[in-house]
Amino acid sequence: MSATDIQDPNRRDFLYVATGMAAVVGAGAVAWPFIDQMRPDASTLALASVEVDVSSLTPGTSLVVKWRGKPVVVRNRTEQEMKDGEAVNLAQLKDPLARNANLPADAPATDANRTMPGKEAWMVMVQVCTHLGCIPLGQEGEFGGWFCPCHGSVYDTAGRVRGGPAPENMSVPVFQFISDTKIRIG
Amino acid sequence: MSEGHSTYTPKTGIGRWFDARMPLPRLVYDSFVAYPVPRNLNYAWTFGGILAIMLTAQMLTGIVLAMHYAADSTLAFDSVEKIMRDVNSGWLLRYMHSNGASFFFVAVYIHIFRGLYYGSYKAPRELLWILGCIIYLLMMATGFMGYVLPWGQMSFWGATVITGFFSAIPLVGDWIQQLLLGGFAVDNPTLNRFFSLHYLLPFMIAGVVVLHIWALHVVGQSNPTGIEVKSKTDTVAFTPYATIKDAFGMLVFLFIFAYFVFYLPNFLGHPDNYVVADPLKTPAHIVPEWYFLPFYAILRAITFNIGPINSKLGGVLAMFGSIAMLFLVPWLDTSKVRSAVYRPWYKLFFWLFVIDAVLLGWLGSQPAEGSYVFMAQMATLFYFAFFLVVLPVLGLIETPRRLPNSITEAVLEKNKGSGGGHPARATAAPETKG
Repeated sequence: MSATDIQDPNRRDFLYVATGMAAVVGAGAVAWPFIDQMRPDASTLALASVEVDVSSLTPGTSLVVKWRGKPVVVRNRTEQEMKDGEAVNLAQLKDPLARNANLPADAPATDANRTMPGKEAWMVMVQVCTHLGCIPLGQEGEFGGWFCPCHGSVYDTAGRVRGGPAPENMSVPVFQFISDTKIRIG
Repeated sequence: MSEGHSTYTPKTGIGRWFDARMPLPRLVYDSFVAYPVPRNLNYAWTFGGILAIMLTAQMLTGIVLAMHYAADSTLAFDSVEKIMRDVNSGWLLRYMHSNGASFFFVAVYIHIFRGLYYGSYKAPRELLWILGCIIYLLMMATGFMGYVLPWGQMSFWGATVITGFFSAIPLVGDWIQQLLLGGFAVDNPTLNRFFSLHYLLPFMIAGVVVLHIWALHVVGQSNPTGIEVKSKTDTVAFTPYATIKDAFGMLVFLFIFAYFVFYLPNFLGHPDNYVVADPLKTPAHIVPEWYFLPFYAILRAITFNIGPINSKLGGVLAMFGSIAMLFLVPWLDTSKVRSAVYRPWYKLFFWLFVIDAVLLGWLGSQPAEGSYVFMAQMATLFYFAFFLVVLPVLGLIETPRRLPNSITEAVLEKNKGSGGGHPARATAAPETKG
């Protein structure tokens, strides 16, 4: 049999490609556990929800709980704070989205959308600046909401960014009232 | 570099036996004894050796510190204090390690600026330069992760801010950030993996250093004139000439290092890192270690959106871009002349660039508000303009000064000018091609 009789692609080409493919898939399968182990582990994920007793919170007070290693503020807002939050013209907002994990991603950042229906007094929010992750101080800054001491981002009484380098409103985590005095976050 | 034959001749029977089986002594002899180096190297060229010493020192002190350190978020801070108070000589080893990191960066910055000034990155030394850039990147990763280990406030919040960069990446950013942290915020899993990687990376650096030196020995050292070695009279033997000069340079450098270790051990650190990490309280000003400050200033300079890129992602891209520039330098610089000695305009812009880098470093340590932001933006603009405009354009329009014909000629000319402290020696005799 002369060389010209061998079909192109021939059996040897097929074997090369098949071997190469098997090696690539095999390398990927071996590499995956090494990458996978770096993701949050089961014990970290087990802390993914916390329950908070909010019966002690009178209007104008707040508490901070640690959730997923980050501080979450629960604030019982005053009438004035809610009024200030509602009075904001949405067109003035730097970030027009509600950033509320309980609502669709494109929900507008109205004061109501930052809270729960029927529980508008309650602000539940990850108290982490959306700029570089610092912890803003509560009830400070020109809008009476939050103020980040690191790079000067200012948030209003609904936790929406109103000034400074932060790009987004502070995020509202998944939460629900499991009773009148208890909130489950996560 | 003239690739001469090896001149190593083993003197003893054991030496000959070894040489026939594994010629390691020959490699050492050829690389560090007989190896020809340009005769006009100045003290800027001693920093390669200094860096080798600093890497070794960091590895030695690091290995013994790891024997006393506990990589657990509940124990880490106290174990560092235990090293400082209880472990015999622990205070010294820790101060050597923490200040050693700073002086490692001092040396590497001088080494890099040396390369930029004398055009050491130009053909055929592009790969040598890029290997150096990779070492620099690995050093930054190692330095950053090492700073997290004491688990102080700056450790924690520095790690939060720096891993936060990755959340700026569209779509996969949060997933990558969680992959790095092993959770949703900096916590025990983060500390553990940083410790593991902080121990690994120096060995990777050592590996790339081997490649760096290998590449160096193929193309040979550049020199202050930037003219290639042409004849044997242009070079001297590594030992004793370079060995003794390097040793003296190291001695002076280590003297200054020791001054910091013993008299100013916390000068380059931050007092907030003596406060244990608190995930619920941010320090008033988060600043990275001084050697990252210029890049931190560039990160914060981008306060505006650029088209579809928001300010946060823009800042991160600018910061990584500022390091990426270094990798591109061999192709950005269009001048055929290597050394700034013969490039009057480049010399000016080089020093402006040095001032700009120092200015960025200072701005990085200041709060990002008011006029500091504008200054940082201007300094960032110049930083990028130096690489993307000055380097390519200057090579095309600048008229370099007349280059000497050889290193020997340059040296003799200089000696003549300085009153002839050195009589012309045999090595300066008319060219004897080697």
